[in-house]
Amino acid sequence: MAMAGEGKPRLSKNLLRMKFMQRGLDSETKKQLEEEEKKIISEEHWYLDLPELKEKESFIIEERSFMPCEDLLYGRMSFKGFNPEIEKLMIQMNSRYKKEEIEADDKMEADVSDEEMARRYESLVGTIGKKFLKKRDRHELQDEDEDENSNLRPSNVKKMFLKPQD
Amino acid sequence: MAASGLSAEVDVGQVVLPGDVLLLPAAPNADGERLRLGPSSAPRGRLLCGPGLRRCAAGLLVTKCGLLRHRPPAGAGTGGGAYWVDSQQKRYVPVKGDPIIGIVTAKAGDIFKVDVGGSEQASLSYLAFEGATKRNRPNVQVGDLVYGQFIVANKDMEPEMVCIDSSGRANGMGIIGHEGLLFKVSLGLIRKLLAPNCEIIQELGQLYPFEIVLGMNGRIWDPREVISTPQDWIHQQSGLLHLFVALSPNLGTGAFL
Repeated sequence: MAMAGEGKPRLSKNLLRMKFMQRGLDSETKKQLEEEEKKIISEEHWYLDLPELKEKESFIIEERSFMPCEDLLYGRMSFKGFNPEIEKLMIQMNSRYKKEEIEADDKMEADVSDEEMARRYESLVGTIGKKFLKKRDRHELQDEDEDENSNLRPSNVKKMFLKPQD
Repeated sequence: MAASGLSAEVDVGQVVLPGDVLLLPAAPNADGERLRLGPSSAPRGRLLCGPGLRRCAAGLLVTKCGLLRHRPPAGAGTGGGAYWVDSQQKRYVPVKGDPIIGIVTAKAGDIFKVDVGGSEQASLSYLAFEGATKRNRPNVQVGDLVYGQFIVANKDMEPEMVCIDSSGRANGMGIIGHEGLLFKVSLGLIRKLLAPNCEIIQELGQLYPFEIVLGMNGRIWDPREVISTPQDWIHQQSGLLHLFVALSPNLGTGAFL
């Protein structure tokens, strides 16, 4: 493509603000963009010209429910196999509730070791990468592999359309 | 109004009355008339002010009569513990996040009207079930029992409930049946039965195979209705009753009245 040599084409800000362009962004970039937009106060926005009042920081939270205070268990219960699904659910819900307090990170036993994983990935990246190369690049890659003994062709000459001389 | 003439420290587990102001240990400047909270370290992190207590200028204001309870902070630095008032009542007031058993009373277009025992009927949308879409409606009839939780519950709006959690999974909520037995008990009994160290349920579980659903609105549901012989039922029910009575000293008097 002719444009590939110029560098990334610069898109206008309005284009970047469109919905379809924002889908690919990370959530962080999205948040930053939103914050920047909010900061811009146009003439139509009215604001109070007062010093910022700091809200009194309170460390008391009001809670109307008994659940967090007394650590109540899950409401559905089954015993002696009357309803096996509920028994499974009981274990799941009660352990999940207790797990919220204790954050234990337990490492699962890996079937494949980390080193082997890295090795496999290395070769995998190359193999998959070849799939997406253009035909010309693939051709060059093949030549590079084959011509081990002979001299390599200068590969920076790109074949362009030559206008026929009159 | 501060209790005049009382200069005592209120330990956790004593009776408090509405209007009492509880001072937090971090605020030592107070007159001797007001009641102080029990000895505890200065609250680090957030202090949870539970049901029956309100935040006021000086500390915590008691709004219900009952016993003052305290839970010390669990872990290092996470939260600052909780204070609340353990009161007895039979009438349920909808609270956000509470799991409850409701009875479907009417179908009105896209929502169901559910009786939860409060002053108003709660609304339950037909999309608030697991796997429900506009084409795939849940099979809910009038008179069915549903187990769900409140997402909106305040004194200004009609309570709304759902039968899924925030990630869209049912987790045991939904229609629990239209047969079985539904008991109405006091709210305090439900809380005692759902406490993590409740012995009654565990001991009953070792004696009989049964299933039970407890709603925070004072309703207990037992799916068994089809019983082989009346004698069995009476035997089982009376067995349960005897167990309740026998274990009632641990619950405290009048807990399930």
